[in-house]
Amino acid sequence: MADSIKVPTMAEYMAEGKAPEVLFWVGCAGSFDDRAKKITRAFVKLLHKAGVDFAVLGTEESCTGDPAKRSGNEFLFQMQAAMNIEVLNGYEIKKIVTTCPHCFNTIKNEYPSLGGNYEVVHHTQFLKSLLEEGKLKVEGGKFKGKKITFHDPCYLGRANNEYEAPRELLEKLEVELVEMKRCKRNAMCCGAGGGQMFKEPEPGKKDVNVARTEQAMDVNPEIIAAGCPFCNTMLTDGVKSKEKEGSIAVMDVAEMIANAEDL
Amino acid sequence: MHIIAQVLFVIALIGGIGFFTRNIRRMTRNIKLGRESDRTDHKGERFAKMARVAMGQSKMVRRPIAGILHVIVYLGFILINIEVLEIIIDGVFGSHRVFSFLGNFYNILIAGFEILALLVLIGVILFWTRRNVVRIYRFWGNELKGWPKNDANNILYFEMVLMVLFLTMNAADHQLQLNGAPHYLLNTDMSAAFPVSNFLMPLIDGFSNSTLIIIERTAWWLHILGILFFLNYLYYSKHLHILLAFPNVFYSKLKPKGELNNLESVKKEVALMMDPNADPFAAPAEGEGEEEPEKFGASDVFDLTRVQLMNAYTCTECGRCTSECPANITGKKLSPRKIMMDTRDRLEEVGEIINKKGKYEDNGKQLLDDYISREELWACTTCNACVEACPVGIDPLSIIIEMRRYLMMEQSAAPNELAVSMTNIENNGAPWPYNQMDRLNWAQEK
Repeated sequence: MADSIKVPTMAEYMAEGKAPEVLFWVGCAGSFDDRAKKITRAFVKLLHKAGVDFAVLGTEESCTGDPAKRSGNEFLFQMQAAMNIEVLNGYEIKKIVTTCPHCFNTIKNEYPSLGGNYEVVHHTQFLKSLLEEGKLKVEGGKFKGKKITFHDPCYLGRANNEYEAPRELLEKLEVELVEMKRCKRNAMCCGAGGGQMFKEPEPGKKDVNVARTEQAMDVNPEIIAAGCPFCNTMLTDGVKSKEKEGSIAVMDVAEMIANAEDL
Repeated sequence: MHIIAQVLFVIALIGGIGFFTRNIRRMTRNIKLGRESDRTDHKGERFAKMARVAMGQSKMVRRPIAGILHVIVYLGFILINIEVLEIIIDGVFGSHRVFSFLGNFYNILIAGFEILALLVLIGVILFWTRRNVVRIYRFWGNELKGWPKNDANNILYFEMVLMVLFLTMNAADHQLQLNGAPHYLLNTDMSAAFPVSNFLMPLIDGFSNSTLIIIERTAWWLHILGILFFLNYLYYSKHLHILLAFPNVFYSKLKPKGELNNLESVKKEVALMMDPNADPFAAPAEGEGEEEPEKFGASDVFDLTRVQLMNAYTCTECGRCTSECPANITGKKLSPRKIMMDTRDRLEEVGEIINKKGKYEDNGKQLLDDYISREELWACTTCNACVEACPVGIDPLSIIIEMRRYLMMEQSAAPNELAVSMTNIENNGAPWPYNQMDRLNWAQEK
């Protein structure tokens, strides 16, 4: 487990004259953020376990442009999109899976009109389909009966209407899923979207991530589950600000599944 | 005598409808100041959405108390207005209850209207109580001071008065019928038609026919004049939503909420920049490049789309958007409702200038800074909670994004840290200052 994991790149596949079933789009957070890298690694372990034929772009991957687009920098966004689409089309990519709802939304919804047409799925959707196909088995294990609440990422939920895939995975873990007062389409943002991750918040009464963490703490969970590396960071910070890091963990759904399997 | 009343009635009718038409034309003209936006695709889906959301009020009832009260007032409004048709015919021809030849069916209709009128009255009183006594938080936002607050209450008072007048009219009419007053005598027995106004009868017990006629006529006239006045009040009020909710939902966004439009003008430029064969020093082709370069994003209402401007006129200032906005909840200045109100206020200001001078002349003001501050714009997390919450399909986020585009691309006026992130994306392909060559390091780490 401590060793490096085997992660094939598209370039390697190309050199062997092969094409993988699916491209794993890692995203900036998943590549560079220490917390998010753990999610990336957990997901890769699950891909290995399920025997999925996948590859990553590695150093050829670049920011999708989501923060630029939502900050209003359409030029930078389209430059990023054009470069990424050139790479993706160059490798004749058909299907993309990503652990980041922001990358998911941008590639799925905003790349098509710029010439990038792919089947794009969020990792919770992908894991769900692996379960349905019987390629992956999930049992409760250490999470069985634990009180868990799921924080809907805006860019998976409201933005793309996916509320069920992560919940179905959690059910497979046999957890006790408790919903926050604000969940699904009424869920509250973690505070990171729209470029907020990269700037100080405007003055106010409190930070959005703290308010959201308080909403989660209202249902007394042992774990706050998330499906987005940015939400994960924001909520982890929120839990720390409440000095609850000893009793409440913030985990990605993929991490939980990998953990239950002791991967 | 009758003929004078009929003439006065026709004048009031024409005047009322004429003034309303003038204002609606002004509103349409103002909306057309915006850029064209193509929202005429998927007509079937759009009609279905309009039937569900505007007509069926499906998003209103997501907040059950306000939703159900609203459905009652909405149904009451639409159905009781069938009565207005009869009022107009009676007014023009000097007849009395011209539809009463329908007999029992007419009685059921009038009885139904009476029950609805009572329900509307109760609904409106509860609305007023929620707003002014319970003081529901979203009705006390900063942007609601002054006119918006009075406007909301005016509408409620108006509806109360109209319903009371309707019931008073029926009570006096009923008594006149019982008394056998000449003009009020009908071929049909209406005794079962007044289940609610029956309870008002003791109040007019023993009044002479002439007094009853004065009461009935006064209530009749005030009722129809009130309706005509109310019709003309709409344009100046948040109550305009009763008309615009339908087209507004029809033209609302069908695509996933997360999908922002890709600017066509930028597409061209980027394609040129990415094209290795493009000659950077080439002179523009004949007829090209002569027009003014397109402005990116929005700093004023002219830069917004017609759908966005219609959104502003449609906004009912209910504040469901603001009460869901994470920035607003945590005390930041941003309020999506205020974005919509500001857009309408600025558009009205522009419209007034056009009314006076025939065309728009710069008055030194614009939507950005004079109405909407940068601090508000930068506080948005683009989470779409406001869009989800709006019962009539308004998209405040799209205006915020257009204005951010202006700040970013025309003025390079991003908050400093955000500008740094943009530079990082440009140089390293990530918003953080990491080397793109380190992108796969996670595979080697623990």
